[in-house]
Amino acid sequence: MTSAEIKQEILDILHDIAPDEDLSGLTDEVNFRDQIELDSMDFLDIVMELRKRHRIQIPEEDYEQLASMQSTVTFLEPLMKDVKV
Amino acid sequence: MISTPPSHASSLRNTRIVITGVGLTSPNGNNLADYRKSLLKGESGVGHYHIRYVGDTLAGECDFDELKYQRRREVRRGTRAGSVAIYSAQEAVADAEIDWKSIDRSRVGVYVGVTEHGNVETENEIYEIKGYDYDTSVWTHHHNPRTVANNPAGEITLNMGITGPHYTMGAACAAGNAGLIQGAQMLQLGECDLALAGGVSESIHTFGIFAGFASQGALATHEDPARASRPFDLDRSGIVVAEGGCLFTLERYSDAAARGAKIYGELVGYAMNSDASDFVLPNPVEQARCMRMALERAELRPDQIDLISTHSTATPSGDIQECIAIREVFCNSSGDSKGTSANPDLMINNTKSYIGHTMGAAGALELAGNLPSFDDGICHPTINVDQLDPQCDLPGLVLNEPRKGKAIRTILNNSFGMLGINSVVIIKKI
Repeated sequence: MTSAEIKQEILDILHDIAPDEDLSGLTDEVNFRDQIELDSMDFLDIVMELRKRHRIQIPEEDYEQLASMQSTVTFLEPLMKDVKV
Repeated sequence: MISTPPSHASSLRNTRIVITGVGLTSPNGNNLADYRKSLLKGESGVGHYHIRYVGDTLAGECDFDELKYQRRREVRRGTRAGSVAIYSAQEAVADAEIDWKSIDRSRVGVYVGVTEHGNVETENEIYEIKGYDYDTSVWTHHHNPRTVANNPAGEITLNMGITGPHYTMGAACAAGNAGLIQGAQMLQLGECDLALAGGVSESIHTFGIFAGFASQGALATHEDPARASRPFDLDRSGIVVAEGGCLFTLERYSDAAARGAKIYGELVGYAMNSDASDFVLPNPVEQARCMRMALERAELRPDQIDLISTHSTATPSGDIQECIAIREVFCNSSGDSKGTSANPDLMINNTKSYIGHTMGAAGALELAGNLPSFDDGICHPTINVDQLDPQCDLPGLVLNEPRKGKAIRTILNNSFGMLGINSVVIIKKI
């Protein structure tokens, strides 16, 4: 997956996790939590969906890498480079 | 062993408790007015239904709008029972015309009866991980908050900002009455000033309950869903599983009167006991004793009950044993098989014939459907009785057509469940 594809995948996951939120105006550099309502269980949902969809295991110490879209994509790029769309 | 109750017990019991609001969702109505209209018109809420593994069957499904009181996020994270409970609680508070913004929500108690909880969520998750070769690392982190037994009551508190006590009563199919009784007792003890009390069920979403009843030979089948639930009828084939919810706002009479609240009726009597005889088969001796205990607490004689809302589920044993118990308490021995009622104007009905068995909600929903009879004097009938089982031929049965009798001033509501749990409540018109 390219970084653009990874970003789209994260947006798809967020659509499921935060169905009441308008995600069209998300700023990549700003933390998700400062823009939309997400709690710790929601972040676990992101981890779970990546595990289910792509068999990607994210260690707990790396959860903080999922704070913003930019940090998430940067973190996932090497892990998902071989994932086919 | 203490042989006499503490001296303050009688004064606690003398604290009068009234119903001031009704919130419900039933397979044939999403508020009391619509539900009552369906009952008086003989409209069933049972339809065709499909559930994994079991396949095509019948069920009573509710079509209330979950998003009336919840965001999509809450619906996704919570349970169906939670959504049923939230809808019922919000509707009850609105019906009671309680100024929700100004009341002290730390003094609100939530007491929700459930037949079971967690089966739906557990089955869903096992089905989900089956797609991952049963890899438990994809088992959802939402599992535990969804399946803890207090879930439906807890979801109400989260949704409505209630910081008073909340819990569920696991009471099989006696749970709706059990919730009501618990709410009344907590008001009498001063543990809360407003109780949201009753029962809910999400049981149609677990295949296990259908498969279990089928294996027991107790799951209804019929080519016409509306005709499938047939308590007291010789052609009954078993239980129609249904979902639903009904919560009442309960208040101390003094509080309700002070705020000029509309009062549906007073909870004058209640009782719960146990058969201690069988896992599934009912015991009319203990059912009768439960009804007598409720009458005693209400300080009413059997001839002072005007309407009996029966529990009968359309299984031969369930129907016949309850009729034996009712006959024993309410009918004079006359030598013939039918006898006469101690109250010649007594009317007896069954609401499961319309909506099926709403499990944890049944006791509360079936009571709610009868409350308007205090105003209109009409007893809705048991429908689908084409050939009355002679063993259920009680005097006062109202069959297939509504009956307007003399003034209805008292309702006795039976609700019984597996493991021999019995509950009875008596509501009196004020």
